[in-house]
Amino acid sequence: MTPTTTWYLVLAALLFGVGVVGLMIRRNPLVMFMCIELMLNAVNLSFVAFAQAFTDISGQTAVFFVMVVAAAEVVVGLGIIIAILRRRPGTTIDDLAELKG
Amino acid sequence: MLEVVWLIPAFPLLGFLFILLFGRRLGEPAAGFVAAAAVFASFMVTVGVFFDLLSIDEHHRSHVVTLFQWVPVSSLQIDMALLADPLSVTMALFVTGIGFLIHLFAIGYMHGDPKFSKFFLYLNLFVLSMLMLVLGENLLVTFLGWEGVGACSYFLISFWHTRDSASTAGKKAFVTNRIGDWGVMLAMFLGFQAVGSVSYGVLNSAAESGSLASSTATGIALLLFVGAVGKSAQFPLYLWLPDAMEGPTPVSALIHAATMVTAGVFLMTRMNPMLAAAADWAPTIVAWVGALTALFAATIAVAQSDIKKVLAYSTVSQLGYMFLAVGTGAFVAAIFHMVTHAFFKALMFLGSGSVIHGMHHEQDMRRMGALRKVMPITAGTFIIGWLAIAGVPPFAGFWSKDEILLFTLARSPVLYVIGLVTAILTAYYMTRQVIMVFFGEAKWESQAEDNGAHGDFKPHESPPIMLFPLVVLSVLSVFGGIIQLPSFGIIPKGLRHRLEDWLHPVVAPGEAVISGTSAYDAKVWLALLAIGCAVVGIALGVLVYGRRKLRAIEPAILADGWRYDRSVSAFMGGPGRKMFDAIAWFDAKIVDGAVNGVATAVRSTSGSVRRIQTGNVRSYAGVIGIGVVLILVWFVVLRGVT
Repeated sequence: MTPTTTWYLVLAALLFGVGVVGLMIRRNPLVMFMCIELMLNAVNLSFVAFAQAFTDISGQTAVFFVMVVAAAEVVVGLGIIIAILRRRPGTTIDDLAELKG
Repeated sequence: MLEVVWLIPAFPLLGFLFILLFGRRLGEPAAGFVAAAAVFASFMVTVGVFFDLLSIDEHHRSHVVTLFQWVPVSSLQIDMALLADPLSVTMALFVTGIGFLIHLFAIGYMHGDPKFSKFFLYLNLFVLSMLMLVLGENLLVTFLGWEGVGACSYFLISFWHTRDSASTAGKKAFVTNRIGDWGVMLAMFLGFQAVGSVSYGVLNSAAESGSLASSTATGIALLLFVGAVGKSAQFPLYLWLPDAMEGPTPVSALIHAATMVTAGVFLMTRMNPMLAAAADWAPTIVAWVGALTALFAATIAVAQSDIKKVLAYSTVSQLGYMFLAVGTGAFVAAIFHMVTHAFFKALMFLGSGSVIHGMHHEQDMRRMGALRKVMPITAGTFIIGWLAIAGVPPFAGFWSKDEILLFTLARSPVLYVIGLVTAILTAYYMTRQVIMVFFGEAKWESQAEDNGAHGDFKPHESPPIMLFPLVVLSVLSVFGGIIQLPSFGIIPKGLRHRLEDWLHPVVAPGEAVISGTSAYDAKVWLALLAIGCAVVGIALGVLVYGRRKLRAIEPAILADGWRYDRSVSAFMGGPGRKMFDAIAWFDAKIVDGAVNGVATAVRSTSGSVRRIQTGNVRSYAGVIGIGVVLILVWFVVLRGVT
């Protein structure tokens, strides 16, 4: 039983679902951040799967861009999160509501 | 010398800067001498430039010196450039020449004033501005000087600013002049819009060649005239000039008689091709405004009791003559009268300054009389000024006034009659002044007890530094007419029309040609008629004030200036004030209201919208998720993408 494209897409959907649910229910900023990464990589997986299915390189190219953006985002986002946690240990995302209207 | 024409305004600028930095240390009288020396140096350069121009062929007597690019903005190219041509050099000659004499006079007059050096600071700044005005090669440089002289006029009218009336008079002059400045600015914009330049050369040659639409030329000419009416104190904007007498007397002589107030006449002469290219009714308006102002101001002058107010109204009246000349196309006569008027009116203002100085700052003529005995030189020179302005030959004023009247008759008999009546009135009120001040019985002797301040009140003659300018100016007032003698049979050919030949390259496009008209043929008779008018005026004055054969007619309405000033104040205080309040209300409620209304709307909207920003990150994520689902639904279901 060889894996088909559908398998990859189902896996990607599952990963994405885990990411979404995690983002919605967790309150630890670090875990939420990891959920976002999970969603990004779920999309990456579907990109690669489609690229393989249609023998089209542009899907893989898109993945490169996503990875670069994700790396940059990690640098900034993680920096901010670490800084906040260092000042106020045990902060949850709901405590960070200074910009509330 | 032509290349160094920039030195002419540079010297007063240097003087200004020097006094600005060291004025207080220089003190009295050194600051005055520095200022006078600066103006004298600039006079010497002007003389050099004059002889240089004279040696050049008539058609090339126009030299532009560009100092630097001033406004280089794509199609708007304006240079800081000076123009040396017969007109500007004539103006510069008498501005610096008379300016120097008045500086000398002021050293004596301002003796003991605590702000002595500051006075000369302003005077030098004024001379600098006036020279920029007359030497400017384009309307913008002239406008720079125009605003400069306006500012200096304001500073100097309010020089004794602790006096309430002086600071009010300064503000009045400034505000009234803004109306005129508005006209000049609009003329400049219109000129640029029409020909793409504000240079006199470009504007005038466009007007001359006829490439300018007649309506545009009319607009430019009339807007410039609005400026001239403000600066040269013509009806209805003359109001500020009589009040400007609050300034020190040398200021009245320099700014409000000899130089600044003639700037309007100069500007109209400079732009004479524009007036020639304008519709026929434009010069007619100028002539009528001039004639009516001349008559109107002369009637007010007969009932003034302040020695300087008489001269102020007389100045307004004489400026009216100049505009009458401009309107009838007699530009040479206008400049001629401007020059002779500068001689004799500066002389009389300085004379009145000498009287005021000698009378310990008393200006009411009713408290003077018989001063010729204690102030012989002042009296003698003042009498020369009187004969000159009254139009008695061979004094300077006769020749210039006669030439204006000749051109006026060629244009319109009605204007001529107005001019003659004004001439009679002029001779009459000046005779009245001379008799009240210098003849009759001394009324100041009884005054010593009246004011009690001076135990032994006795008027005294002024110091030599004040008398010297009087003597020089009186010589000029006697012989000034020689620059433009008419072609009467007895006058040698070489002496005729010197000024006309000199100014010809500048004024040729606008100058009216009257040879061949019946007025021109009768010119000798007209001159005799003008002399007759002067004699009638003087005789009337002597009968009324000297011999007391006739009762003086000085109705209160004339002393009050036909209540014009009062009605303007009443209007501005009453209905005018209400109108301005209404405009202010409109501005505050409607214009500002629209702006504030937008701001209020934005604020209330954002006030309700900001509730969405809950601060709960998971709800944001939820909204994003729902949004994504909705977009997908839209793509898949509604657009039918499979």
